[in-house]
Amino acid sequence: MDHDEFKSGDGRFPATRWSVIAAVRSEDDADRKRSLDTLCETYWKPVYKYVRLRWNRSAPDAQDLTQGFFIEMLERELLNRFDGSKSRLRTYLRLCVDSFVMNEDKAARRQKRGGEVQHLALDFAGAEEEISGGTIDAAAIASPESLEEFFETEWLRSLFALAIEDLRTLCSERARDRDFQLFERYNLDGDNEISYAQLAQQYGIAVSEVTNGLAWTRREFRRLALERLREICGDDDEFQREARTAFGRNAG
Amino acid sequence: MRHLSDKALTRLRSGADLPDVGGTRYRLIGQVARGGMGVVYAAEDELLQRRVALKVLEMPGSEGELANRLTREARVLARLEHPGIVPVHDVGTLPDGRVFYTMKFVEGQRLDHYIESLASAPDRLRIFLRICDAVAFAHARGVLHRDLKPANVMVGSFGEVLVMDWGLAKILADVTHAEPNDPCGNIPRLPANGGIGNTSGTGDGRVMGTPGYMSPEQARGETELLDARSDIFSLGALLRYLLTNQLPAHPLPKLDRSLEAICAKACAPERERRYAAVPDLAEDVSRYLDGLAVSAHRESIFDKLARFYRRYRFFIWLIATYLLMRVLLILLIKH
Repeated sequence: MDHDEFKSGDGRFPATRWSVIAAVRSEDDADRKRSLDTLCETYWKPVYKYVRLRWNRSAPDAQDLTQGFFIEMLERELLNRFDGSKSRLRTYLRLCVDSFVMNEDKAARRQKRGGEVQHLALDFAGAEEEISGGTIDAAAIASPESLEEFFETEWLRSLFALAIEDLRTLCSERARDRDFQLFERYNLDGDNEISYAQLAQQYGIAVSEVTNGLAWTRREFRRLALERLREICGDDDEFQREARTAFGRNAG
Repeated sequence: MRHLSDKALTRLRSGADLPDVGGTRYRLIGQVARGGMGVVYAAEDELLQRRVALKVLEMPGSEGELANRLTREARVLARLEHPGIVPVHDVGTLPDGRVFYTMKFVEGQRLDHYIESLASAPDRLRIFLRICDAVAFAHARGVLHRDLKPANVMVGSFGEVLVMDWGLAKILADVTHAEPNDPCGNIPRLPANGGIGNTSGTGDGRVMGTPGYMSPEQARGETELLDARSDIFSLGALLRYLLTNQLPAHPLPKLDRSLEAICAKACAPERERRYAAVPDLAEDVSRYLDGLAVSAHRESIFDKLARFYRRYRFFIWLIATYLLMRVLLILLIKH
């Protein structure tokens, strides 16, 4: 996946990110490819982890199935059948993965993909590291509710990780690298919470600078995450629901 | 790409959820409630040095249905200056693009929690009358609440009763200059064809409200047909809840006949059979509290006697005791 595809002109993002669902139904091949790229970028890791843990597949098998799923999604135009009034895109894709894995004829598909279709460049080693990192308990995702919850968490993890990369780029472009470091240090590093005063001391700056830097990065992170979210939702209603899922729970 | 731990994920979600009040006069204190439309925070107005409630949309943007509804809610509240309706102080957009408004911070309890400590039926009825006052005032100003329920009524620490959450309110007509001394007058009633323009942000036929408390016409999504009688249905359901502690869907315990008749009339499925206006409903409840006949219930002679006894119980017993004493005294003297 090439992040540069999302850049336009001198800005980081196109003026309006439009839904992958609209793009996939476009006549334009480039739009359709872009929609798959966007979906793949956000969803490949949740799909891979889901196949590994839910379907108990080995790493090579899961890699093959993940690759195959996204290619099949394009070939069989699965997104064309998505109906936003019946389910969220996230749930629809998870059910498609289930169906794909159940119907997979491994040998035939491996041969097909090996011969005709180009593989997607996905960092499976990184995903495998995250699984073996021990934060995911495979035994805890047995029920249908926990499956949905697991997929939702991994989807959110992937979405936020992408938004953080966007934020990193933005901070770099605006010469606000220190603000990004503050954001990383405060939100992402370690398990122990650090105070604004401690951060100010560590960076040799005033507490007010920490406050302002964190407020700005938090605002931009939220905006960037919502931009990405808008793109991978079927319509505005779904976007509103998913945004609540992303930011509404566990807060406060 | 960086892997996010569960802890980092939680921190990001919570952090990004907080409204950005940087550069405003407000300082966040903590989350108070989360509703369908937004989140309410306790905040400090640093300029006036007072605590306020800050209601903010979950999503950024000053456009879109939810943003319009929140702004509308603030404007509706601004036109309803009444001791029973929470006053709004400010409306605007935060630096993160989220629409917000601030209102009085009510320190107290939701009605459904408050009445657990309130055993006396007359006390509950008196609270109900104050809710009716606020709703009648709103109707006089051309505003329907459309989501009256115990969770949307607060009882303050000094006993003040406040009707909250006007997010589903429907403006029937612009009657901002209604006579304040005429609580019964100028209550908008829509003709059968809908009549007065609907300025509600939810007037597209979608069902919004709370099952059990919303009127049948509201549940059918007939937003164009809603008038004061729809809120009267909700008030009837609320009255039942106050008297029985039971949600409307549950089988209800038997009530006093007059109260039962009042609830039944307020909650009649056909709106033509309900009270025509909130003051009529309040009048019946007041009459019940005073031991008088209520319009909703045609009494038999026995009912009248029972009510007469209830109303003058003290004097009846006093006279009876006096007469008994006289008789005993006469008998004693004769013997």
